[in-house]
Amino acid sequence: MKINLVFDIAKSLLIARWKQTLVAAVGVTFSITMFITLLGFMNGLNELLDGLILNRTPHIRLFNEIKPSENQPINKNLDTTKEYNFIQSIKPNGGRLSIYNAIPIINKLKQDKLVLGISPKLSAQVFYNVGETDLNGVINGINVQDEQKLFSFDTYVIAGNCNDLNIVPNSIILGKGAADKMLTSIGDIIQVTTSKGERVKLKVVGFFQSGIQDIDKIQSYCSIETTQKLLGVTSNYITDIQIKLFELNKAPKLAKYYSKLFNIEAVDIQTANAQFETGSSIRTLISYAVGITLLIVAGFGIYNILNMMIYEKMDSIAILKATGFSGKDVKNIFITIALSIGIFGGFFGLVFGFGLTSIIDQIPFNTAALPTIKTYPVSYNPFYYVIGALFSIATTYLAGLFPAKKASKIDPVIIIRGK
Amino acid sequence: MTPSLEAKLIQKEFHDPVTIQVLKDINFKIEKGEFVSLTGKSGCGKSTLLYILSTMDTDYTGDLYIDGVAMKNKTEQELAKVRNEKIGFVFQFHYLLNEFSVLKNVMLPGLKLNKFSLQEIEYRAMEKLRILGIEKEALKLPNQLSGGQKQRVAIARSLINDPLIIMGDEPTGNLDKKNSLNVFEIFKELAHEFKQTLLIVTHDQEFAKNCDRIIEMEDGRIIST
Repeated sequence: MKINLVFDIAKSLLIARWKQTLVAAVGVTFSITMFITLLGFMNGLNELLDGLILNRTPHIRLFNEIKPSENQPINKNLDTTKEYNFIQSIKPNGGRLSIYNAIPIINKLKQDKLVLGISPKLSAQVFYNVGETDLNGVINGINVQDEQKLFSFDTYVIAGNCNDLNIVPNSIILGKGAADKMLTSIGDIIQVTTSKGERVKLKVVGFFQSGIQDIDKIQSYCSIETTQKLLGVTSNYITDIQIKLFELNKAPKLAKYYSKLFNIEAVDIQTANAQFETGSSIRTLISYAVGITLLIVAGFGIYNILNMMIYEKMDSIAILKATGFSGKDVKNIFITIALSIGIFGGFFGLVFGFGLTSIIDQIPFNTAALPTIKTYPVSYNPFYYVIGALFSIATTYLAGLFPAKKASKIDPVIIIRGK
Repeated sequence: MTPSLEAKLIQKEFHDPVTIQVLKDINFKIEKGEFVSLTGKSGCGKSTLLYILSTMDTDYTGDLYIDGVAMKNKTEQELAKVRNEKIGFVFQFHYLLNEFSVLKNVMLPGLKLNKFSLQEIEYRAMEKLRILGIEKEALKLPNQLSGGQKQRVAIARSLINDPLIIMGDEPTGNLDKKNSLNVFEIFKELAHEFKQTLLIVTHDQEFAKNCDRIIEMEDGRIIST
């Protein structure tokens, strides 16, 4: 049977009841709109929060941990079947924070095809001297170019230019929180005391705001060379190697591998930030649940309208069957009706959903914690649009299936003889 | 020549609320080109028989042959095809689809058959409307027509696929004297001029009397053919 004919009959039935059809389609449109908006908004927020931590966290961090040796010398001569030893108050011996052979490790990692980039880092404990008071602080020695490339360092520098760290000798980018306490502005000279007691003067070339207040109060950034100078160490002294991979998911495996290969501590991002992923996935789950609920409600609307249509069109169905349309043809007609409601409603839902997210995207959203955010965060991930389209078609198909089956089973004899 | 329609030992029972045999040993043939009326008192089973002969009711015992082909054991879809191709229906009520124009109503079974192009079906539909003298109403909607006109549209619809047989269930039952006569004249013309086979269920004795052949029923049996 020609598909055209099914379409033709379905179209006429739809137009004959255009008000009900419109209400059903608006139901689908509304639910898809809300589905897209909700997911876009929720995931915009997710991406923002993830970005806040995850984008700035290396996928794998290599470092030396100062800890007591697990194998105390006495264990080597101990017959464990007969003897015990009790050692109390074990202390780590000759611990060093710097990574052995840091430069060869970096060179080796740069050749690894799974690695997107590497940024070496060293941190130094300092005190910021503010008059009589000393404030706790940490200075991170970084390579500005690498940091910019891998962790978008520049987006968090809210004043000054981060490249000045390389140009201006003995320069520092202060955390916003620390800077506020010290009442400094760009161009000022501040004084810090290193853990070894040395006092050093540094020039402020910029401010840094991560959005996490505890970090902004303590952390500051200098170039690697300046930090090495502060600590009085040689130019191969590096405490952390930060690795960013092409694929985030490979981090746990590779971390173990590197740990063995370089005989070093390695922490992957999943282990370090497990809570963020949990939060994101639950938020996504909630938005899906709400979206699907809306669609199911819309589906019941379609079900009702089709049922009503079938009761009204009993005569038409009977005569179609009498003149040679089979039950399958009748079923196809009603499924076509349901699907066209779903497709049109769903299409406009996607369009309106996009419109609504775009509007939300324009609403100002200023918060001191998030300096780079000016409007509400939304996500335009095309995946949600595909899901929305598929859901709208699937729900309307199911909503149409049962009434259509009922219509296909109508016995024309009963209808025609009943008159 | 194979008869248009042949019924062999058709029996039917209703089971609700008690078992009643409504059709008993129905045997008859209708040859091509015959204009037959099926009459009998109300409740004698003539309509029940017609719906069995029309393939719409499949709950019976015995054999039914349309154009020499047995209808037993055919699937619902196959039976739908038989109805589409070989049988034209005219009911007491016109059963036109109000969503479609008169022309489209007539065309629908032709479109379903899908044997001719759209233009050809349209042309044929106009032709049928012309035979019935209502070609001027082709583009109107069914609810803009009078009762007699609607019934003529229904007859045009039954003719669209050049069916083997036209079955009518009290086609004049809802019409006044004048229109009844009109419809009868149409049937007669179809039978004599176009050699169309017709089987019309009616309790209108005058109508039956004027047909070529009368099959009379009483209490589920055929008493004269």
